[in-house]
This record gives sequence, C-alpha cells and structure tokens, in this order.
Amino acid sequence: MSTASFSRNESRYFYALAALGLFVVFLGYLGMHNMEEHGHIVSGMNNKVVWGLPHVFAIFMVVAASGVLNIGSIGTVFGQTVYKSRTPLAGIMAIGLLAGGLAVLMLDLGRPDRIIIAATYFNPTSVFAWNIFLYSGFFGLAVVYLWTSMEKRMYAWTKPVGLAMFAWRVILTSGTGLIFAFLVVRQAYASALLPPMFIVLSFAWGMAVFLLAQAAMYTWNDKVIDPAIQKRMKNLLGLFVVSSLYLVAAYHMTNLYFAKQTAFEMFILRDGGIYPLLFWGGYVLIGSILPMALVYLPGMGGTKSIVTASSLVVIGSFAFLYVLIIGGQAFPLSIFPGYEVSSSFGDGAIARYIPSLPEVQLGMGGLAIAYLITLIGARIFKTMPHDVAVVATKNPD
Amino acid sequence: MIMARRLTAFLFSMFFAAAVHAADNSPVPHLDIGKGGQCVEPDHTLMRKTHMNLLKHQRDETMRKGIRGQKYSLAECVECHAGQKTNSVLGSNEAFCQGCHAYAAVKLDCFECHANKRKVTAEASK
Amino acid sequence: MNETNLDRRDFLAKSSVGLAGLAIAPGMLLYDLAHGRPLGEAASNKVRWGMLIDNNKCESGCTDCVTACNTENGLSGGTKPTDSQWIRKVQLKDNFTGRISSLPMMCQHCEHPPCVDVCPTQASFKRADGIVLVDKHTCIGCRYCVMACPYQARSFVHEVLTDQKPEVPRGKGTVESCTLCVHRIDKGETTACAEACAKAGHNAILFGDLNDPESAIAKRIRAVTSTQIRADLGLNTGVRYEGI
Repeated sequence: MSTASFSRNESRYFYALAALGLFVVFLGYLGMHNMEEHGHIVSGMNNKVVWGLPHVFAIFMVVAASGVLNIGSIGTVFGQTVYKSRTPLAGIMAIGLLAGGLAVLMLDLGRPDRIIIAATYFNPTSVFAWNIFLYSGFFGLAVVYLWTSMEKRMYAWTKPVGLAMFAWRVILTSGTGLIFAFLVVRQAYASALLPPMFIVLSFAWGMAVFLLAQAAMYTWNDKVIDPAIQKRMKNLLGLFVVSSLYLVAAYHMTNLYFAKQTAFEMFILRDGGIYPLLFWGGYVLIGSILPMALVYLPGMGGTKSIVTASSLVVIGSFAFLYVLIIGGQAFPLSIFPGYEVSSSFGDGAIARYIPSLPEVQLGMGGLAIAYLITLIGARIFKTMPHDVAVVATKNPD
Repeated sequence: MIMARRLTAFLFSMFFAAAVHAADNSPVPHLDIGKGGQCVEPDHTLMRKTHMNLLKHQRDETMRKGIRGQKYSLAECVECHAGQKTNSVLGSNEAFCQGCHAYAAVKLDCFECHANKRKVTAEASK
Repeated sequence: MNETNLDRRDFLAKSSVGLAGLAIAPGMLLYDLAHGRPLGEAASNKVRWGMLIDNNKCESGCTDCVTACNTENGLSGGTKPTDSQWIRKVQLKDNFTGRISSLPMMCQHCEHPPCVDVCPTQASFKRADGIVLVDKHTCIGCRYCVMACPYQARSFVHEVLTDQKPEVPRGKGTVESCTLCVHRIDKGETTACAEACAKAGHNAILFGDLNDPESAIAKRIRAVTSTQIRADLGLNTGVRYEGI
C-alpha cells in the first residue's frame, strides 16, 4: 500500500482500529457479565488462588500507568526537553492504562454492583482503601498535568504540577507494592523490597509501552524519529530493565537466605513446574536478557529491535506478575511450621489454578480500554512529539 | 407527507388502545400478603415508604452490635408475609416482596443472602 | 442493679454446679456454661468468646464438628476448591518426631485480626465480644482478607446460593468464615462444633468466655499449657489449642 493511499484513507484506518478496540471491550463485557451472573465459579479462581489472571492484567496496567508518566517527569521535573514534548502522549497513556487496570480490578469484585461502598465506607488501616484514594488522585492530577503541559497559558504551572505528579506516582506505585508487602503471612509477599521493586519495574514497563505507542505514531504519520533521541530512549529502557532485574534478584536472594523461606523459593525458582518456567524463561530470558541484548548489542538498537525489545519487556512483565501473584498463592501457607499437614481444604498442598476464558476476556477488555483511550486521546489532542529543532540546538549527544 | 400523517395517526391509535387496555387490567400489583395480621407498624403507607430504612437501621445494630430481638426483623417480615402456599416472599409477581418490587422497578437483593422462605411451613403451624 | 447481682449470684451458683460436674464427669457440662445476655442488649467487651481445643482428645477419623457446622450454617459440605469450608480437620505429622495427630481448624477470632485491618470497606469487623465477622451488606468481594488470613479460614462464595438458613444469611460474591455460631451464642447456647464434639463423647472443644475468671475455659487455660497457632504473629487468638 502506498503512502499516498494511506493518507487518503487515514481516518478510515483510524475508525477500523477504534472499532477493533471496541470489539475487544465488548468481549471483555461478555466475560464480566458471565462472571457476574454465575459467580466466580466460571473463573479458574478458587479459595486458595483468590486473585487470578484479571489481577495480573490489572496490576500490569496500574504499574505501567505510573511508569509511563515517568516520561513526563523526566521532561518536567528533570528538565529534559526531548521528554517534555512527549508529556502529552505519556499523560494520555497513563490515564488510559489506569482506567483499564481499575476497570478490570472493579469488575472482578464479587459484588461489582456495590463499588460505591468502597467510597462510602473507608477503612483507614486498609492499603486497598489508601489505593482507592491514590488512584482517584492520580486521575485528577494527570488531567491537570496534561492541561498544564498542553495549554500555553498554563506552562508556568507545569513544573510544580509535574513535581506533585512525580511524588504522587512514587507513592501510588509504592501503594501497589504495599498491597502485597503488608501480607505478613504470605511467604511470597511479606518483603519491604516490594514497593521499591514495583517502582523500578514501573519505569521499565512504562518505558516499554511508551516506546511501542511512539513507534506506532511515527509509522502512522510517516515520520522518522531522530536517531539521537531514539538512542537516548532505548538506553534508558535498557537501564530500567537492568535495574529491575537487580531488584528482583535482591528480593529472591534475601528470601533464599531465610531458612523459613527456602522451601518457597525452591518452589518458585526450581520445582514449581509452570512458575519456574515462567520466571526463568518468561521474565528473565524473554523479558530481560533478550531486550537487553536488543538494546545494547552492537548493530542492534534500531527501531525494529527497540519495538521487539519493548514487546518482550511487556510479555516478560506478564510472566513476572503471574509468578508473583499466582505462584505466590499456589504455595501453601505455613500454618504449622515443622509439620507435614493435609486437609480437605488443601492445607499443605500446592493449589491448582487454570485461567478460564472469562478471565482472559476481562483482562483483554481492560487492555482494550487503555488502547482506546490512548488511540482516541492521541488523535484528538495531536500528541505527536515535535522535536527536530530542539534536538539540533539543545542535545549534543 | 401523507405517509407521515398516516403513520402518526396509526401510532396514536395504538397508543390509545394500549392505554385503554391498561386501564382495564389495572397494573396495581395483587399481592398474596401471607398470614398478614397486625404489622409492626399499623400505618401501611409508612411501611411502604420506609421499610427499607427501618430494616437497614436494625440490620446494622444486629450485625455490628449483636442487638437482637428488636421490632423490625427481615426474618419476621418473611414469617408473616410469605405466601400461604409458596411459603416464600419471592417466586411470582404475586409474592409479597417480589410483586411490589417488580411493580416499582426497584432491585431487591436482600434474598440473595437471606432466606426467602418461612421457617415453619404454614401447614405445619396450623 | 439488683437484678444483675442476682444474675451474677445465680451464675456463680451454676458454675459451682458445673465445677462439681467437672469433678464427676470431666467435660460433660463444660459447654453449658455460656451465659446468654438479655435480648436487645448489645454485645459487650467485658466478654471475650473463645474456644480451647484439646488435640489429644480430638480423634483422627472423626469429622462430627465439620458435619455439625455444615448443618447448622447451611453449607453444602462439598470439598471442591471453590466450596466454602468454615471448619476443617487438619492432619498433622511432626517432621522430626513423626507424631501424628489431627485437629479442627477454623477462624481463630483474633484480637488483632489481619482480615479486619486489610478490609477496604470495614465489612470485616470484630464484634465487642471478640467474634470476627463479615458484614455481607458491605463486603464487595475483593478477597483481600482471604489473602491476609494466616489460617486460611476464609472462603469466598463462588456460586449463586439458594435455601439459606434464616439465621445464617450467605450469598454469592461475598467472603465468609466461621461466625463462632454467633446466632447461637446470642441465645446463650454453645457452638455447633463444640456441641457435636461433646455428643460424640470426645469433649475436645471447650467453648466459653475467656474474660470470665470463673468460666471453665478460663480455668483450663490457667491450668494447662495451651498454644495459639502462629503465636509469632502476635494476633492473640480467641481459639487456643492444647497438646500440639
């Protein structure tokens, strides 16, 4: 297809893409409806694995939402012009991803019809309740942030609002980590390393989804990104992937050192079947080492390898979350340390979990919401970064 | 234009026919009020308007504080008002709770958790 | 005031009868000592309900407490991973000594319950008399409490339910667990599991008021070594075990 015919039919392609997104949202609705009508019996979840695939999708989106705004923070808080011109796109993506993630979280509730109770009855000791507050604040702040970075009269406010956004983001991602870190009795989660780990993971995942969206936008508009900017961004992605790998390693190493945690670590890293496979193959190899190679190896680092690397980081993140969330619940609670236990309720046994279609539908529906908001937002607000002149004058590297 | 006028006339006649039909079979629910008798509040209008608030207030007292045996109890509603034959406040549009809630188009979710049947059947208590 | 004093005297008299019973037929009268409070009175924090479970008396193959609980509360009794189990028998084998035993496991009615801490809507709550409950009117079914419970005591209702017991409302999409038979306690009765255990002649479950120094359970925990499961967590459980 020639470029000329593409630009003539550009709006048709846009509507086709939007329709595709809407269709996936509809599939998500069907999955939700199915679960709502019959109860969670149609999901793969059970009394041992109470959080399943929807939570993998939701937490990916919530963490990536916070991470993608890192692009904006680098621009406004740390004054990097290249990133400043990308703030609007990052802001819209953040709103989209958070909306998608929250939609999945809420629609997976046992009683989604009562979601208003979450606002009317507030328990100050619950991390969940804090997060409800943090998420709604994030939405509000992100909208203001977008406004100050797109409206000329508001430019003066970009920096303070950007700073507030940056702080809010760090707290929000810590809050997401704390949901798990506060679960004292779960061997997989009770670790103070989780909040910082989630923050660094959010940088990597946010960067990856942003690079994917950016590449799509440049191709769509038939433009080529400045190689110098591309190089800076891919190096940053590489750095984030390396740092998150470091924190994940630290988390597992500390666990391995505690005798009471050894059995759990052996399960996740060696004996647990699908979980070690996903951890080593999915997260470490596909999600970290291959992207690092694609970013850093000589001869690599072009648009194609960056898009591949970013996609692999996203795939790796799903593998990572699956191991953390589902693997963490599959391993039995240590209720009677030093005893071999068995019961009709699965004490002492590895819990089984097989994701079901409605869960996949719900998760994909959430992704489609994020995709639709980004697609439509990016078109309405014309978020295409303009930075040729800026690079020529301001960026020596 | 003529078509449009005819269509309007047709739709109007349909509407009137429907209205007249509805007036014949009054849509007011005909409820099986069960055992009935003296209600906890003698004023029926008050009960119709505020039963949900009375129930909700007492539900919190019972659930949270453990205060039992007070006046407004859902189980007692069911005891008196479950259908004489069905022993339930649900099941048809004649049933006490379901009939009125269907009529007023208000969602009724008490009985997703609470028993909708009376404890002792009407036959047994005779 | 007079009336309460009378009640108290009456109660003391009854407990001494109970004590006599203890000497003659250990355990026979123990579960009878639960004293009900007048109808219409709120649960008080002067009382703390609890149970003491004697691991030595609990028989390995016996599941009478589980059956009684299911019947009392209208549970299906199914053991699929998606079925609710409020109480379960756990078989234990000491890794080192090889000693085999079994005990019933249920909500431990903690003084500092993690499920209450994490609940976003305050649906999980602790009643003044120490019973940990779920208010199904405000439970949104997020299952965070299931994640937080150290004892795997909570179940999530995965299916539409029908024919619930009038005293025990339960429904799809909410979390539930042992209520310590709160509807029976409020009538001055003992729990279904303790009653069934006594009926089976094991008397392994002793139910009563931990705060009342004269109660059988308080006397017993003063006299013998009892353990809280995962005592390291510092939750001060209302359900205690002896002989593990």
